[in-house]
Amino acid sequence: MTMVQALRSGLDVMMGRDENVVVYGEDVGYFGGVFRVTEGLQAKYGKTRCFDAPISESGIVATALGMAAYGLEPVVEIQFADYFYPAMDQIVSEVARLRFRSAGDFSAPMVIRMPCGGGIYGGQTHSQSPEAVFAHICGIRTVMPSNPYDAKGLLIASIECEDPVIFLEPKRLYNGPFDGRHDQPVVPWSRHDMGKVPEGYYKVPLTSAAVFRPGKAVTVLTYGTMVWVSERAAIDTGIDAEIIDLRSIWPLDLETIVNSVKKTGRCVVVHEATRTGGFGAELAALVQEQCFYHLEAPIERVAGWDTPYPHAQEWAYFPGPARVGAALKRAVEA
Amino acid sequence: MTTPEALRLHMPEPTGRPGGTTDFSYLLLSRAGEVPRPSPDVPASATAPLAKSLVRVLDEDGKAQGPWAPAIHPDRLRRGLRAMVKTRLFDARMQIAQRQKKLSFYMQCLGEEAIAISHAQALREGDMNFPTYRQQGLLLSRDDISLVELICQLMSNARDPLKGRQLPVLYSYKRAGFFSTSGNLATQVPQAVGWAMASAIKGDSKIASAWIGDGSTAEADFHTALTFAHVYRAPVIINVVNNQWAISTFQAIAGGEGTTFAQRGVGVGIASLRVDGNDFLAGYAASQWAAERARTNHGATLIEWVTYRGGAHSTSDDPSKYRPADDWQRFPLGDPIARLKQHLIAIGEWSEAQHEAMTKELEAQIVAAQKEAESHGTLLDGRVPSAATMFEDVFKDMPEHLRRQRQQLGV
Repeated sequence: MTMVQALRSGLDVMMGRDENVVVYGEDVGYFGGVFRVTEGLQAKYGKTRCFDAPISESGIVATALGMAAYGLEPVVEIQFADYFYPAMDQIVSEVARLRFRSAGDFSAPMVIRMPCGGGIYGGQTHSQSPEAVFAHICGIRTVMPSNPYDAKGLLIASIECEDPVIFLEPKRLYNGPFDGRHDQPVVPWSRHDMGKVPEGYYKVPLTSAAVFRPGKAVTVLTYGTMVWVSERAAIDTGIDAEIIDLRSIWPLDLETIVNSVKKTGRCVVVHEATRTGGFGAELAALVQEQCFYHLEAPIERVAGWDTPYPHAQEWAYFPGPARVGAALKRAVEA
Repeated sequence: MTTPEALRLHMPEPTGRPGGTTDFSYLLLSRAGEVPRPSPDVPASATAPLAKSLVRVLDEDGKAQGPWAPAIHPDRLRRGLRAMVKTRLFDARMQIAQRQKKLSFYMQCLGEEAIAISHAQALREGDMNFPTYRQQGLLLSRDDISLVELICQLMSNARDPLKGRQLPVLYSYKRAGFFSTSGNLATQVPQAVGWAMASAIKGDSKIASAWIGDGSTAEADFHTALTFAHVYRAPVIINVVNNQWAISTFQAIAGGEGTTFAQRGVGVGIASLRVDGNDFLAGYAASQWAAERARTNHGATLIEWVTYRGGAHSTSDDPSKYRPADDWQRFPLGDPIARLKQHLIAIGEWSEAQHEAMTKELEAQIVAAQKEAESHGTLLDGRVPSAATMFEDVFKDMPEHLRRQRQQLGV
């Protein structure tokens, strides 16, 4: 399965198992979504289970909160992560805090899906990676898969989770494991091991990171598209890097991170989002708090530049394998 | 060449400021009984005239007039009167407790009591209100909500059901159909629409009722809510309480000048009524109309409740700085309690003596409740929920990082 098919399969499985699961968003119903994730679901489950919403992200999230408070399990789509900002107040002040402020009288379990990240010539309004914004909000979980198997398993776990979950989908990975070499064709998921996705129900637990590539020389902390870019950098440089795919950005699996860094003594943090105040800063802080006396080199950060995501200069902006590779070298040579 | 006319920015102003007198002729009024009552299943566009006029039932003599006069048993009216008096007494008492620093903050609904309380009479068990901070009448009109518990919330004490997390007045009572009050404005209106959509998706019979003030109708969430409510014909009532003032901001700054808030609804295809908010009978009749429309799959209704905020916005506000002191006394729609009382007496179902006895009984009840609540602590004496509880309910189950932070705090 492609990641799109895996996500669709996850929705299909859960809509089949639980009639309280409803799916909606812009272009999501009849058409099946601009990335086709919800294709066929309206035909299969009917118009009140999968439907189109007006172009209002705040309305989509607010109505989902109302539905969740009623007892449904909404899975809503924000067409691009770049469009979630109108829903910010509903996410920060309402969805994230409803359980807390009502002392458990009400809660709003829901999944807010949104394609994120660049590499598709989307310019500054179709390329952003806002995970750090969500990680900063108390009361929501933030998840980002890097492959079809995890995408489906994490989506099912998110739907079953009783906390609200922001589900970020790296759109550059929808069709294949893009490793940052934009001038080369991407191997489709159908020819990749991680494209082997079971048809039925399974879960990938939240708050559990994966050791994507074991290694001894340096730990790479990353997620989403940059998992593949980091792997490419390790291959290109020949550095025995251990790549940790966080999968759950917050709350995160600190134990797996700490065990790896204590073993390698070196750490490179990689994400596509802008550098300053990015989630990498939190990761670097956690690593120095937990592993300071095991570190043999300064923690490196590789990230997007602190500029809006450009259009024509996409590949100068994108932290590709060369930039990650240079950071790996600095880390192991320090 | 002619010189082009210099453009001028229009700046709406109230007709009265401190030291002056408000000219209430800006309010479009109708006579009691004057406005027709269409069937609740009419197309939304047919309500356009009702969005401009004012649904009123009680005339100056306290007689019920016209097609909106509801068939309502006197017991129900007495119940409503009792809840209104209880709410006003409760507010006055809590206002004093705030001045004594037993609570940090309070918001009364003086002059607006008929709105929430008449509306509550038209809803059914299982319906869900999405209130603002001025709908305490929804709770105080119920017998199953303990005054002691409400006051414990206000005092943020050890028995506060919200564990000291919310400002006073921002109650949450799922079992009473009272959604957790946010404190952020307008957010609850599209949420109510979503709740109503869910009820329709499930083929349920429950409806939602959203509340918002005139000032916050300027928020995008209000307009978004109207759109969603119209698109999906959601079984929801959207109540705009136009009490003329948003803190110090006159309703014209929210866009009320030369139009009405009810007309916002007609514009997006929602049935809309403009109602005398100080007329218990009109409020009950309009609420019933809207509830019936929602329950029979004819969709949402916007009700604009025309009223006047009799008191300050909150205990942190001083209205003498921005509006004439005698505004409320001069407000053309009068006092909702006096009007319902006058009606009940006029129909021979109430007396001054009964009213006095009821007032005394309610006063004693509230005093006793306050005493009991204070025995569990007040904000002043520091008997508040333990600091350890602030780490709870952030997530369903406490994650590791919060467990560590709680340990760091040493609780």
